[in-house]
Amino acid sequence: MLELFTELTGNALLGMIINSLIPLVFVIPLALFFVWLERKVSAHMQDRLGPMITGSHGWLQTFADVLKLLQKEDIIPADADRKLFTIAPILVFAGSYAAFAAIPFSSAYIGSEIDMGIFYVVAVSGLVVAGILMAGWSSNNKYSLLGAMRSVAQIISYEIPTVLVILSIVVLAGTLNLLKISEMQTAYFWNWFIFGGPEPGLIKFLLIPFMFAGFLILYISSLAEVNRTPFDIPEAESELVAGYHTEYSGMKFAMFFLSEYANMFVVSAIVSAVFFGGYQSPFGYLGNSLGISWLVPIEQFFWFTAKGIFFVFVQMWLRWTLPRLRVDQLMAVCWKYLIPYSFVNLIIIAFLELYR
Amino acid sequence: MIDVHNDEKLLKVLLKDDPDITIEDALDNEMVINMGPQHPATHGVLRLVLRLDGETVVNTVPELGYLHRGYEKMAEAMSFNEFIPHTDRLDYTSTMSNNVAYALAVEKLLGIEAPKRAQYIRMIIAEISRIMGHLVAIGTFAMDVGAVTMVLWTFREREKIQNIYDRVAGARFTTSYTRIGGLASDFDDVAVKMTKEFLDEFDHTMDDFEKLLNTNKIFIGRLEGIGVLTKEDAIAFGVTGPNLRASGVQYDIRRANPYLYYSDMDFDVPVFTEGDCLARYFVRVDEVRESIKILRQLLDKIPQGEIIANLPKKVLPHKAEIYSRMEELIHDFMIVNFGVNPPVGDTYFSVENPKGELGFYFVSNGSGHPWKLKIRSPSFCNLQALPKMCNGQMISDVIAIIGSIDPVMGEADK
Repeated sequence: MLELFTELTGNALLGMIINSLIPLVFVIPLALFFVWLERKVSAHMQDRLGPMITGSHGWLQTFADVLKLLQKEDIIPADADRKLFTIAPILVFAGSYAAFAAIPFSSAYIGSEIDMGIFYVVAVSGLVVAGILMAGWSSNNKYSLLGAMRSVAQIISYEIPTVLVILSIVVLAGTLNLLKISEMQTAYFWNWFIFGGPEPGLIKFLLIPFMFAGFLILYISSLAEVNRTPFDIPEAESELVAGYHTEYSGMKFAMFFLSEYANMFVVSAIVSAVFFGGYQSPFGYLGNSLGISWLVPIEQFFWFTAKGIFFVFVQMWLRWTLPRLRVDQLMAVCWKYLIPYSFVNLIIIAFLELYR
Repeated sequence: MIDVHNDEKLLKVLLKDDPDITIEDALDNEMVINMGPQHPATHGVLRLVLRLDGETVVNTVPELGYLHRGYEKMAEAMSFNEFIPHTDRLDYTSTMSNNVAYALAVEKLLGIEAPKRAQYIRMIIAEISRIMGHLVAIGTFAMDVGAVTMVLWTFREREKIQNIYDRVAGARFTTSYTRIGGLASDFDDVAVKMTKEFLDEFDHTMDDFEKLLNTNKIFIGRLEGIGVLTKEDAIAFGVTGPNLRASGVQYDIRRANPYLYYSDMDFDVPVFTEGDCLARYFVRVDEVRESIKILRQLLDKIPQGEIIANLPKKVLPHKAEIYSRMEELIHDFMIVNFGVNPPVGDTYFSVENPKGELGFYFVSNGSGHPWKLKIRSPSFCNLQALPKMCNGQMISDVIAIIGSIDPVMGEADK
């Protein structure tokens, strides 16, 4: 894709800029759609209708909200640390947006095909932690500080099981490149890593239960990484008002909000990339059977988005069903259950791969 | 920003070992945090000042009075009938129970009794109100621990009860339904039918509620063993209602000191011995079930007859008669302008409200106004136990504990 843009514009830098802006065009409408979806999902779970006035079934509501937030006065509390207070939302958004660079949207488009793809995504998500801590600290509000402290402790702890599970996939795939991991799981859905990966044989069947366990661990930790219920203690509304973004208003608040929803998609995309074939269709391509080759990447893009949206939907479903954990329980879940299980899982998968 | 001078007393209690510290000072490992009166989970305008060590609560001081409207003083300048609408504003989650409690207390002071049908209707509305109050309690409690969906489910059921209120009292929220010596309007056949239909549906809805919460490991894990109030402490603090019964004391005024016709009713008093947040939740759920049982019996047994006593000097006459007959007009004029003139003396009467024992203590000097009215509000007394429950727990637990005590600030602050 990068070459195409460079050829079209005749300038390497311009091509690169266009290439890197494509995810932004994708992410912002997607985040707005997720905000709307969240409202609708919660409303229907609670016997309500949700937004109905702005547009058909209220689909324009979030656009109206963002427009409103853009026009709002940008309030910085008198005692806040102005510099950090301003940088924090930008950093949080940059962190979640930068992760899109290494995620393959389809076989034709990936922001940057780096060999360390998955490692990069995990690392760059760490920026979000710094942003959250900045926001909590600079607000000079005790509730914000408590929220930020909780958030940092939580995200750092839950990165360990995430990485361990991803590592077990890397053992099977033999690469950190997300595009290659996705390519590997081609053809039919039984080639996905959740069903033991593309290589046939007895080992594939033996792998399946461990893959399911790994998927559950990864999904649970990804919920914690994006601060969703039951792990939403950093912004626990009934305890800490709004956690680290209590003091934010206007567009700065909107940036936190949008990056939260963008982040939800990032973790869902990773879950689907490593376990559910990424952009691969579960059953062949229409483009291949019709002989129209340009249709295939579009279909792949559709499948990628559909899988992402499905996992985001499950996140919302959980949010409106479950109560939230307490801080100590949250840490107990991570250190007492998820990390040991993911370790054992990794060792078993590695042994099975060794004797393949 | 907290006004340091106003909070001096509060801080002295909070930091008992170090009284020179102000809220602006940095403590070594600890932090003083102000929760409320504007906070999403303090059920109105309860204010807590917490001393935290990390996330653990070292000390708690509740401060009440942000919703103080001076009802006890206002009552001294009002006739007994005039005060009824103000009882709606005590525990506003179950207005009818307060109306009933007040009317019964004044009737005891006057030494009169309402007709049997009126008494039965009072029991019906008191039990519906208990369901209504407990629905709010369960819903907001679940919301406090993070299950937001629950509160909308319970409020949906509450709306149906308000439809019944609308039918019988003409208002959905501020009902003011009782009168001294009877009721403002009849609980007609349509209302009976509405109540029966509601109860039939509600049985299944309660099953849904319990399915959502009781089998949820996170919900149980968050609440089990949190905010334990021992039997002795509960009695010493004067805790009443579901909170007392969750601590293992079998005390329900409907049983201990039956009023209305509760002695004819067949119902159980649910008691749990754990005294934690979970037990308080279970007591409320079981009480809703018992209320359904009582309501079913009442709706079958409700007798025919008058809904207001025929005592011209004490009880307001019917509106239609005031406009057509001389004597009723004079009685109405006298009661409205000069009051019902109870005998000199004092009386205390209490009922079992959803929140606990709601009592009215009247001192009368024989005039049309009470010389003194003291409201024994259950939320106020229950809140006394809050520091005892919160200290040593975590900040998330404080929210759960407040939710499990279920205070209504309109009643606590009066």
